[in-house]
Amino acid sequence: MLPRYVTDLAYLLAAAGFVYGLQSQAHPRGAQRGSLLGAIGMLLAVVVTLLDKRIVDYTTIAAGLALGGAIGVGVALRTPVTALPQLVALRNAFGGAVAVLVAGAALLELVHRQHAATSPQFIVASVAADLIGGATCGAGLVAFAKLQGMLSDAPIRIPGVRALQGLLLLACVVLGALLVARPEQAARFWLLLAASGLLGVLAGLPISGADMPVVIALLTSLTGLAAAANGFMLPNTLLLISGALVGSSGIVLTRIMCRGMNRSIGDVLFHSGVMVAGGPSADEVYAGKVKSATAEEIAMVLDGARRVVIVPGYGMAVAQAQHAVRDLAHELERRGATVEYAIHPVAGRMPGQMNVLLAEADVPYEKMKELETINPTMDDVDVAIVIGANDIVNPLARTDPQSPIAGMPILDVDRARTVIVVKRSLSPGFAGIPNPLFAGERTLMFFADGKQAILDLLAAIKEA
Amino acid sequence: MDSFVSALTIFVLASYLGLELITKVPPTLHTPLMSGANAVSGVTLIAAIVMAGERHSPLTSALAFVAVMLATINVVSGFMITHRMLRLFKRR
Repeated sequence: MLPRYVTDLAYLLAAAGFVYGLQSQAHPRGAQRGSLLGAIGMLLAVVVTLLDKRIVDYTTIAAGLALGGAIGVGVALRTPVTALPQLVALRNAFGGAVAVLVAGAALLELVHRQHAATSPQFIVASVAADLIGGATCGAGLVAFAKLQGMLSDAPIRIPGVRALQGLLLLACVVLGALLVARPEQAARFWLLLAASGLLGVLAGLPISGADMPVVIALLTSLTGLAAAANGFMLPNTLLLISGALVGSSGIVLTRIMCRGMNRSIGDVLFHSGVMVAGGPSADEVYAGKVKSATAEEIAMVLDGARRVVIVPGYGMAVAQAQHAVRDLAHELERRGATVEYAIHPVAGRMPGQMNVLLAEADVPYEKMKELETINPTMDDVDVAIVIGANDIVNPLARTDPQSPIAGMPILDVDRARTVIVVKRSLSPGFAGIPNPLFAGERTLMFFADGKQAILDLLAAIKEA
Repeated sequence: MDSFVSALTIFVLASYLGLELITKVPPTLHTPLMSGANAVSGVTLIAAIVMAGERHSPLTSALAFVAVMLATINVVSGFMITHRMLRLFKRR
């Protein structure tokens, strides 16, 4: 049984481990060691907690740790890189649920022991954990279902949802206030959970796949805030520090993702997938102007190319084409071309997803270029190859102020000498608008499944 | 009130530190960063452990059990997957 100050010092060490872990993410080389130190900090925190003198029975703890540990290891070993967005969404839901459960259990115990004197800090923080945790859990589960394909990743709209959300919000405020006034009425805690959870679900349903990077980042931030609410409740400094770190990191990522789409967070959450009427129709844009090419024709174009830029989109992840893409790049490099990858901040379903996919295929991170770095050099690019991306290379973002993607920073591949677009059809992206790039004078469309297309292309180049 | 103000102080300063640190993370590492953040917010595990170990009503123990399990899943899978991803970036 450890004295209190020893536990607190161990928590301080753990917090320092987390801070060091985050700090070391500034460069890929030290990042893995930093994350390991964070894990050691966590282990230390858990071990000293197990020695807490309040613990009288280890059966429940052992069962929870064993089951959770087994599932955690299983999940970690089996999750392919392509399934990371849904895993992070699910873990956000779990994180919210844990904050609610901790607050609920603590409140129940107080009522059970008839502690009349609960501190205002305890009860207000419990209500906050209930609200934030419940909403995060609801929205996280919906995001998971959408990313996993259990729900459509197009916006799901329910008539009258605004009114319902208003009512639920009102219910949350009233129930929260009642709980703060009379904490012994603990049943209201679960009513509040139902209301906040449903609010989260309703907020998640209209989110489209293209907005997922913003939503995942925001949910991560909220799990941190929910953990911090637990920290205020108990109070516990390690929970406060970790919750604040995660909360602010989620906010930074949310801001970066919003900037990548030129949208505000409110716009993403409340006007997701709202189509703006007008703009040119698909027929007007495409009719008679789209040039389709075969693998052999594209191989000839690539033959003389000295600088090639590859633009991956979510389609590359779906087709699992990252290894084929790397092979193509190696072949082009063998023939004297330089190959780089241009990565849009919101390509894919979560921040940085394209980078991890390419890294899995052994692409060195030095070759992955950010939008701000690659765009100024786009005029010198001989061939740009767009694989499974649409809205992030749509020039309408620059030219049409009425377009739903107006002002969104895009990769200016239309300035390259030749653009090759690998895509299954001319179907629009989530923005629902045609893409003039596909009808561009210097654009060749290669209609095929992403992976097969790259394999065919590679074969054609080797034959030439 | 004193304990609230000191808790708030810690929270606000740690938030600033987080903003400062994360702004320096390159976009390439954003996915492992989020996975790692999941693991770190799983630190609620320590609160769940104390809850599960105290002598409580069966309902409270059941809630605490689920909390320990879910938090452990987040911590274990979070750190393991982050580690695996970061190895991909270190290779060269």
